[in-house]
Amino acid sequence: MARAAVPGRLTWRVGTLAEARAETPTARTLVLDVPGWPGHLPGQHVDVRLTAEDGYSTQRSYSIAAPADGERVELTIQAVPDGEVSPYLTEVFSPGDPVELRGPVGGWFVWRTTAMDPVLLVGGGSGIVPLMAMIRARRAAGSRVPFRLIYSVRTPDDVYYADELRRRARDDAGLDVTFAYTREVPDGWPHPPRRVGVADVNTNGWPPALTPDCFVCGPTGFVETVADILVALGHDPRRVRTERFGPTGG
Amino acid sequence: MGIVTPGFRGRPRSSGPELPPGQYLTEDFPVLSAGPTPRVPMDRWEFVITTETSREHRWTWDDLMALPSETPTVDIHCVTKWSKLGTTWQGVSLDTLMSDVDTAADYAFVHSYGGYTTNLPLADLLDGQAWVAFKFDGEDLHPEHGGPARLLVPHLYFWKSAKWVRGIQLRFDDEPGFWETAGYHDYGDPWREQRYQGD
Repeated sequence: MARAAVPGRLTWRVGTLAEARAETPTARTLVLDVPGWPGHLPGQHVDVRLTAEDGYSTQRSYSIAAPADGERVELTIQAVPDGEVSPYLTEVFSPGDPVELRGPVGGWFVWRTTAMDPVLLVGGGSGIVPLMAMIRARRAAGSRVPFRLIYSVRTPDDVYYADELRRRARDDAGLDVTFAYTREVPDGWPHPPRRVGVADVNTNGWPPALTPDCFVCGPTGFVETVADILVALGHDPRRVRTERFGPTGG
Repeated sequence: MGIVTPGFRGRPRSSGPELPPGQYLTEDFPVLSAGPTPRVPMDRWEFVITTETSREHRWTWDDLMALPSETPTVDIHCVTKWSKLGTTWQGVSLDTLMSDVDTAADYAFVHSYGGYTTNLPLADLLDGQAWVAFKFDGEDLHPEHGGPARLLVPHLYFWKSAKWVRGIQLRFDDEPGFWETAGYHDYGDPWREQRYQGD
């Protein structure tokens, strides 16, 4: 596997919630102002530390949803039922409130805007978040690298960034977006709900001969399935980068 | 203490066991890895310890199975914040594997099927602290969790417990592995919260 650059020491910084946007009934984007933020690469994540009044403290990792933009850091957080942190961040945390974070973290699951190979993004559920940072970074950098996104969600209501993805699929030349619905499909959808399978990845991905960079993010079962499919289709395992998470991330 | 996050209370915490700083308890067994799960053919599986003088000590799967094994019950702590307590494994102690290895090295560079690497001091692999584990909870170790065999070094963050382990190179110097090169800590003690370089 290739080596990533060594970042400097990561210090805790205090971010303030500038703005919050609902993405779905259970997911919310937090736009944080973080003085001194050093910038980040699309695909990286941050550690968030919450401290209660009695001094109890706990941490979670969240993917960054947007490319570097000065001292702004955008996170999209899915409320996990019975979670300790995510229900607070999606329902209670309010504009003007402070929170500690440090990062950016992770030098492997990143896409650099200078990269030239075609890119395949495969996201399951909230696994779209770091992939969206890559899609947005591509546009912001004026990159012409061909991107294909396969986005698996349970129902049409679970799609994050729905309007923006529709708009970008239309306007961002060289970006193809394919949806896969696992529980409920939109009206007029050509087939019943189903999980992403070999045919979907083969049809809507890239041929291995084009040596695409593949980024797969989502729950463990989803990532295992898609990564196995990519390897079976002939993709070099070293070009398949994965990020896995489960409901314990709450 | 960090700054207070207004309105954050956290879970009730009267009784539970003590966890390393920043960790939370999970009953699940989350999976973390950087790429596809490698499938290792058992007839070609091998584990190799290479000394600083390039002397190789090699075990096939049958060789490994023929060695005495232990069943440690340990707590594990992942740098992504989850901790899982009282996990039971079966594996061969590194003390057993190192018993005939003549070395003056201070560091171990661990490498895996699939290309993953990690580094740690050799001393942390010895004295009953580390195993090449091939069973979890009495079952063959699932490929997602590092099967057929992974390193188990439970006193360090779990990325040091390399999945799909293939060998250990003994060195005089500390060569950073995969995550360590990407900014994670060279030692990784969860109780001192050594997540990243400089912690």
